[in-house]
Amino acid sequence: MQCQNCKERPAAIHLTQIENNSVTSLHLCEQCAHDKGIETQASLNKLPITDFLASMAKGAMGHLPPGEGSGECSACGASLNDFRETGRLGCPECYQSFRAQLKGLLRRLHGSSQHVGDAYVWSNDIDQPSLGDLREKLRQAIHSEQFELAAELRDRIRIMER
Amino acid sequence: MMDLNLIPDGGISWLDASGPDSAVVMSTRVRLARNLTGRRFTIRSDAASRRANIEDVVAAGRDSRKLADASIIRLDEIEPLDRQLLHERHLVSKELAGFSPERAGIKEAALITTGKLGVMVNEEDHLRFQCLESGLALGEAHRQLESIEKELGNKLPFAFDPEFGYLTSCPTNAGTGLRASVLIHLPGLVLTKEINRVLQGLSQVGLTFRGLYGEGSEVVGNFFQISNQTTLGKSEAELVDHLSTTVRRVIEYEEEARQILMRDARLVIADKVWRAYGLLRYARSISFEETMNLLSGVRLGVGLSLITSLSIYTLNKLMVFTQPAHLSHAEGRELNETELSSLRAAYVRRVLEEDSTRLA
Repeated sequence: MQCQNCKERPAAIHLTQIENNSVTSLHLCEQCAHDKGIETQASLNKLPITDFLASMAKGAMGHLPPGEGSGECSACGASLNDFRETGRLGCPECYQSFRAQLKGLLRRLHGSSQHVGDAYVWSNDIDQPSLGDLREKLRQAIHSEQFELAAELRDRIRIMER
Repeated sequence: MMDLNLIPDGGISWLDASGPDSAVVMSTRVRLARNLTGRRFTIRSDAASRRANIEDVVAAGRDSRKLADASIIRLDEIEPLDRQLLHERHLVSKELAGFSPERAGIKEAALITTGKLGVMVNEEDHLRFQCLESGLALGEAHRQLESIEKELGNKLPFAFDPEFGYLTSCPTNAGTGLRASVLIHLPGLVLTKEINRVLQGLSQVGLTFRGLYGEGSEVVGNFFQISNQTTLGKSEAELVDHLSTTVRRVIEYEEEARQILMRDARLVIADKVWRAYGLLRYARSISFEETMNLLSGVRLGVGLSLITSLSIYTLNKLMVFTQPAHLSHAEGRELNETELSSLRAAYVRRVLEEDSTRLA
């Protein structure tokens, strides 16, 4: 059987599509199938799923448009380049700092960027340290030169003050 | 060395083969990733804040109903062999145990566990809730997990965004933070060479597969870990139901493949099964990988009722207790490769003999 597209090479890929209850058959050679972006057994074999997964987890940021993201996260100072290298964000606030870029990335990774699962509302529980407690902890952290802890306490205080 | 009696059921009730479809599905695992708001993610945090994470989660756990009596294990305060033991029991990830090549060495990290239910603190995300169940029990595992996550979410502020959902260190986990997986034995599909088609089919419906020990691990003994690939844009229930339905289909394919094997190649299969049993029953030195591959053959034999004198529970137990840290722990010292292979063979012989005399 001849390829229905180029009408030169022998057809190697046979596609059957069912659309609106009508069946259409398509017979293509390897080359034309490839050009049309149809994945063949041969091309699938070249891409072991495990490699794909590893690349997805690690190089997730490879999908980000290059050149963007010279800025830093306002809370933790991480940059998009840090993320490109490690595949990990710096802190939850990074999602706010790099919102536009991450929105695009999440869409490509998950097919959507809109959470439809359980909604979470943080109820300021009485068990939580009060603003006064946190300010006292912050004072102690600065006094003992634990600056990273101090920065985190400062962030927590800011969130509670909002 | 660690006293495993400190953990309820030793943390291995998931291997008792009591759950649905447990001859094919060894276990179910569901995990939820959560982070504490206003704090850096674990890999960008310092020792003081990692300690603060542990203190806060432990305090919230003690104050909760579900985790009030849980065991608390500080991974950075125990021996490497004990950390490996917990990893071999599927109670902690490679990363939390300090064996991940990306995060070499042990950092401040903790496991809070009731056996089935647990929280890993300072994994890639601050909290990783996980529930392990025997057999195919995704709905049940998720229900249990939800109740403990909700309790802790009322005591600790989780990082959440109305659009992106729960915020995670890696965007591949954002949204629900939910990863559900089943450990499934598919020798029929491997032998009939149908497995690649099934695995490719999985990727087309948003599922993925890994080896026995999760990300990056190899497939041994025809065991596959099937899980959801995406975590955002679908509800928790949808993700769990979709995996559950698909895994049921995969079980049907596996059963069909087994029927074809028994119809077309009965003698070859019976020979394979009994040779595997014979080797396990009489070998004097055996590697873990060979043990796993032979156990796969024997498990297939039990599933096809070719072998009737063995229980699935025994086979599950052998898969866990023939691992290096388990053998070393039983011996009370670290063993070298030669000792491991010989003690492994001796252990397998003893267990198989006991089981055959008890069930005969």
